[in-house]
Amino acid sequence: MIGAIAQYLPPMLKGIGVTVQLTLFSSVLALTVAFLLGLCRLSRYSLVRGISYTFVEIIRGTSLLVQLFWFYYVMPFFGVEFSAMTTGVLAIGLNYGAYGSEIVRSSILAVPKGQTEAAIALNLTRWQRMIHVIIPQALMRMVPPFGNLLIELLKGTSLVYFITLADLTYISMTLRNTNYADSLIIFTLLLLIYFLIAQLMTLGVRWVEKRVTAGRLA
Amino acid sequence: MWNRLDWDWDYTMQFLPHMFSALKVTIAVTFASFAVALIGGLLLAMLRRARYKGIAYLAGAFVEFIRSTPLIVQAFFIFYVFPISFNLVLSPFTAGVIALGIHYSTYLSEVYRSGIDAVDKGQWEAAKALNFSRMQTWMRIILPQAIPPLIPVLGNYLIVMFKETPILSAITLMEIMGVAKQFGSASWRFLEPVTMVGLLFLLLSYPSSLLVRYAETRLNRQRGS
Amino acid sequence: MNMRSDEKPIVRYRNIRKSYGDLEVIKGIDLDIFPAEKIAVIGPSGSGKTTLGRMLMTLEEPSSGTIEVDGELLWHKKVNGKLVRADEKHLHKIRGKIGMVFQHFNLFPHMTILRNVTEAPVRVKGMSRKEAEKIGMEMLDKVGLIDKKDNYPSQLSGGQKQRVAIARALVMDPKVMVFDEVTSALDPELVGEVLNVIKEIAREGKMAMMLITHEMDFAREVADRVIFTADGRIVEEGPPEQIFEHPKSERLQNFLSRFMAKV
Ligand SMILES: Nc1ncnc2c1ncn2[C@@H]1O[C@H](COP(=O)(O)OP(=O)(O)O)[C@@H](O)[C@H]1O
Ligand SMILES: [Mg+2]
Repeated sequence: MIGAIAQYLPPMLKGIGVTVQLTLFSSVLALTVAFLLGLCRLSRYSLVRGISYTFVEIIRGTSLLVQLFWFYYVMPFFGVEFSAMTTGVLAIGLNYGAYGSEIVRSSILAVPKGQTEAAIALNLTRWQRMIHVIIPQALMRMVPPFGNLLIELLKGTSLVYFITLADLTYISMTLRNTNYADSLIIFTLLLLIYFLIAQLMTLGVRWVEKRVTAGRLA
Repeated sequence: MWNRLDWDWDYTMQFLPHMFSALKVTIAVTFASFAVALIGGLLLAMLRRARYKGIAYLAGAFVEFIRSTPLIVQAFFIFYVFPISFNLVLSPFTAGVIALGIHYSTYLSEVYRSGIDAVDKGQWEAAKALNFSRMQTWMRIILPQAIPPLIPVLGNYLIVMFKETPILSAITLMEIMGVAKQFGSASWRFLEPVTMVGLLFLLLSYPSSLLVRYAETRLNRQRGS
Repeated sequence: MNMRSDEKPIVRYRNIRKSYGDLEVIKGIDLDIFPAEKIAVIGPSGSGKTTLGRMLMTLEEPSSGTIEVDGELLWHKKVNGKLVRADEKHLHKIRGKIGMVFQHFNLFPHMTILRNVTEAPVRVKGMSRKEAEKIGMEMLDKVGLIDKKDNYPSQLSGGQKQRVAIARALVMDPKVMVFDEVTSALDPELVGEVLNVIKEIAREGKMAMMLITHEMDFAREVADRVIFTADGRIVEEGPPEQIFEHPKSERLQNFLSRFMAKV
């Protein structure tokens, strides 16, 4: 069994590289989209609210895999062709960004009204109130749910298997296709690696949580 | 650029019957795995409250592990490893139901747990004072109070699971996404099938989620009063 | 000290101790309760009264010592002459002789009043629903709530809820019943109706009662014997006249004077 592990681990490590890259890039996109959409959903202008709401509901109403296929197979019809990696980052980032916008929105709404009122009393502008008073407080509430979202995102990256991007899952599947008898070892290894990455991410989120909330939690 | 997007209605019409017959598979696999998740989640939630700390710990570790690994890999494991290592050949449907059901049972166990924790501690004590057995206490006293407020959240998970079913096309289950892929690959034209599948998901899940939200606000109002 | 040393006690606490972590809250208590005896347990809050009752109801396990109920060990079994921790089966058997009424009622909110009262006899004692309802109605009649039988707990006042809780415990026909400050959570004007029901039950006689209470007049009227606890120990015990008219210990004197001053 040690021999088998020694045989499969090196190619899988390459897959980990792709999975980690994918996770990193789509996390950045997802967080950006989450903030943009979350703020748009709270906009003064009903048109902005309406468009962002519709976008979020469309993303949430279809599924990630459908979106992935759509970007991969349908975008070329529009004359736009992306690499598998770009497609993956786009689909995953937009999808989890839409879910994340709900976190941003509800965290901002959860900041007590008195904070806005105090900021108005100090004559801060609308943007100053948002940037200096509301968002810093909302941020603390966002960290734990965003941590969960990023774990979901990590799991979601495995779907790029369908668009033949050589991530951890795809590589393991090709390994299995040539070594049927070792299916148990390969997939167990695969599960353990995902579990490990997820645990590391959880540790990271805890660390961020400590930094962000240190001494500031009312 | 836009003129390359020539939507082919004939092609679309050819696809629709395939999609609707595969919709039956999608819906069947959704409800079957939801049933597995409902029961499995409850079981896990109860085990996590077991009197023997070892059992409670194991249940917790299982939940943590399943929740932090991808559904598609779990489906591969059940579909490809079971026949070889445990001599258990499963149809794509059965394997899919097990994978999706178990995966979401770990999520539902958290939902149940929140409901169970919300039941007043005094209810356990009164049940003990009246000498109900542990099982009777669960079935007659705790769960009837814990579960009704959870119904909207559980409904939400039904929708989430519905949207996860396309993943099972990876283990050759011919649900709507699998059929769309197969149909499209014959002529290497995916625009219509994939778009129709997306629309169908939206059409079914958006109204359902509105229904769930409505149920939720009604329930909250009830509890508030 | 025991007034009826010729009789066999129904409950016997022997050198009972209880700690939560490093905090010892019961520091060696010996107490016998005789069949049909009504004892009142008084004492400052935090002195361990509730813990004493909860250990009898098997809601809290003693850290050391033994409790006997009706001649049998409650928390232990004797195996080859050695005491071992009792299993759930044993606890289940003995628990049938004990009942409890809680400060916060703990009625089952998803069941009607009649169902609250009949569910345990049906499920635990295997009574037929019909038989259980007959007895249940008798008990609801005794506490004056027969017309509420089809209501739900949320539709009742605190005093009515507590009377239902008493009926619910009575239906199980225990040999000893713990009442843990059953009027403390009630509005003052509702206290009387609950105490009257308990007095009525006490008059009927056959069941032993452990009345943990802050109602001194009630304790004096109903109790055969009063136990005064402080700091996890029994500091003084005796008949009500002695405890209330001629308290011996300084702690009891202080407690009573402070208590009377407050009222
Ligand atoms: N579950 C518990 N954990 C820790 N301490 C407890 C617990 N239950 C009771 N105590 C402590 O034990 C002491 C006795 O409590 P209790 O029996 O409720 O007293 P009383 O009923 O006389 O007010 C108190 O100091 C209380 O804080
Ligand atoms: Mg108390």
